[in-house]
Amino acid sequence: MNARRYMLEVRGLGKTFGETEVLKAIDLNVSEGELVFIIGPSGSGKSTMLRCCNRLEEPTSGAILIDNARITDIPRRDLDRMRLNVGMVFQGFHLYPHMSVIKNVILAQIKALKRPADEARQRGMELLDQVGLGHKADAMPSELSGGQQQRVAIARALALDPKVMLFDEPTSALDPELVGSVLKVMKDLRDKGMTMLVVSHEMAFAREAADRVVFMDGGYVVEAGTPDEIFGNPKSDRLKSFLSRVSGGAH
Amino acid sequence: MDAFIDTFFNIDIMRQAFPLLMKGAWITLQLCAFVIILGLLGGLALALAAVSPRGWLRWSAVIYIDFFRALPPLVLLIFVYSGLPFAGINLSPFVAVIVAFLLNNSSYFAEVFRAGINSIPKGQTEAARATGLSPAQTMTYVVLPQAVRNVLPDLLSNTVEVVKLTSLASVVSLSELLYSANMARSVTYNSSPLVLAALLYLAVLWPLVRVVSRYQRGLAVH
Amino acid sequence: MRFLETFFNGTVIAKYTPDIIVAMGITLALSVAIIISGIVFGAVLAGLRSFQVRPLTLLIVLFADLMRALPPLVVILILFFGLPSVGLLMPDWLVLYLVLSLVLAAFAEEIFWAGLTAVTRGQWEAGRATGLSFTQVLTNIAFPQAWRMGIPPLVNRALAITKMTALGSVIGVKEILSVASSAQSFSGSATPLTMAAVAYMLIFIPAVIASRWIERRFHYKT
Repeated sequence: MNARRYMLEVRGLGKTFGETEVLKAIDLNVSEGELVFIIGPSGSGKSTMLRCCNRLEEPTSGAILIDNARITDIPRRDLDRMRLNVGMVFQGFHLYPHMSVIKNVILAQIKALKRPADEARQRGMELLDQVGLGHKADAMPSELSGGQQQRVAIARALALDPKVMLFDEPTSALDPELVGSVLKVMKDLRDKGMTMLVVSHEMAFAREAADRVVFMDGGYVVEAGTPDEIFGNPKSDRLKSFLSRVSGGAH
Repeated sequence: MDAFIDTFFNIDIMRQAFPLLMKGAWITLQLCAFVIILGLLGGLALALAAVSPRGWLRWSAVIYIDFFRALPPLVLLIFVYSGLPFAGINLSPFVAVIVAFLLNNSSYFAEVFRAGINSIPKGQTEAARATGLSPAQTMTYVVLPQAVRNVLPDLLSNTVEVVKLTSLASVVSLSELLYSANMARSVTYNSSPLVLAALLYLAVLWPLVRVVSRYQRGLAVH
Repeated sequence: MRFLETFFNGTVIAKYTPDIIVAMGITLALSVAIIISGIVFGAVLAGLRSFQVRPLTLLIVLFADLMRALPPLVVILILFFGLPSVGLLMPDWLVLYLVLSLVLAAFAEEIFWAGLTAVTRGQWEAGRATGLSFTQVLTNIAFPQAWRMGIPPLVNRALAITKMTALGSVIGVKEILSVASSAQSFSGSATPLTMAAVAYMLIFIPAVIASRWIERRFHYKT
């Protein structure tokens, strides 16, 4: 695995909100084509870390590299171009309610990537088919279930051909029976070789699909390893107690 | 620049006009009291009629509301003040203004109250009826208190509109604030009294407008 | 039937109908012009305000507050009588158009701004995360949603303000009320006032009914 190059590198990342130190010198690498899972109790800084990776949150210290480019050095006015390389999927979907599904997927392709309209449409349809929603292209977001909305949101992010995909608790807002369809899309994506960093509570999915699992608590990376190491043989007390607390709902 | 200040902000002229304007402001205040209180009561009555289960009552209320919302208040005022005397009905300017604006304002207040009543979920009425309250009791104790709270910003912003509206009374020579200011303008050949009147309106209405803005923003965030 | 003779005199109706029709054209033209410029200007102001440049924001808020707090007739009189003294001669209709456009712009700015602040943070983040610039998110994502949320209050406000074109009668704009008032004093009959009321009804009743429909239609579903 070390033979592969790093697609995302987080070096000594720190973040404070006012007086509170949310992230304390985080180090984390994601290789090309790797799926890295981040777990941890709420308030452990997982989401903040993820949001620093496309600078929706501004890091206080440290550096982040995407495909060997230091995105933490980019001046604010050039952020838009960098963000084309980093896809993001939110807990709350955030589809644009006033646009049809296909328009949601096309908008940034045309406005930010400057793709010609017909090409953007074609790529959009391809991706909607890939997430199993080609037939809903002309529906409005309000007509879709939560799981369908989230799959459209994934297609919207993929449409920009990003180098890395960030998932911020993508299934937390979904009814249990809708979670599976979203996880399946993520699994397909991984099998196609997409580099992915996922914050989620879906432990079963982490076991099955993750290359590596990172456990964060109190703004630190406490432990990292393969799913077998993390779930089968946790070393730190904090991880053990976290796992025993969540295991009730994991299977 | 001097010409500008002399035309709009002539302190001497403002000082001379001030006592006259205060007399006008007093009339404006009385007008507001009548029109706001009567408008609120009339609006509430109309709103209750507009949500009534009785078809004829509901339709008369809706027609009344739409009719008087469609007519510009100044047209209504001129009609009451200059038109009715032809039919032998002579009203003093003060009464004419109150009648005209009451017809107009009760429709606007009715729309606000009605929106408030409609904003209360059916479950509230059903729960109240299920505990043995009569329809009237349900409306009085359960629906209306919630409805009024929901539309408080709209009631306030409508009240601001009423105060602004009273300035139209100047057209029928009722010596309220704007009429007095315009009188002072025509005597002094200077617009400063009008600006002074504007400042007086602002002193009362600006804080209210701020409150309305704050309120609406608070509700808008979800 | 003295009543009919007073308010619906056939000879008077026949005589003044052409004048009233011309005046209706003027009222309509003014209304359309006011609605277009008021809404466009209000949207521009709300857009500028979203850039959060402090001095600019303060100016916009000050403008919106003043134009919402001042009675339009006061502003109309100040400009109509004051501007010539500082060497600015404006035709009466231009003063009316300008003041009412600015008043509508002030209300439209507040409505759009409330809508923009109601667009959730997630919508902004989703847009920015896909590489759209601030301006692109504003125009493609935030504004269309603010526009939809704003349509019902905007329609009501636009109606209320276009009805104020009747204020033009005070400064001599030849709109419906003004033409009817002079016809009333020429003919010595109340009939022209009835005609004015009917003329306004023809314009505004369809508008009021349409506004009810729009209010229901654009009730935002998420």
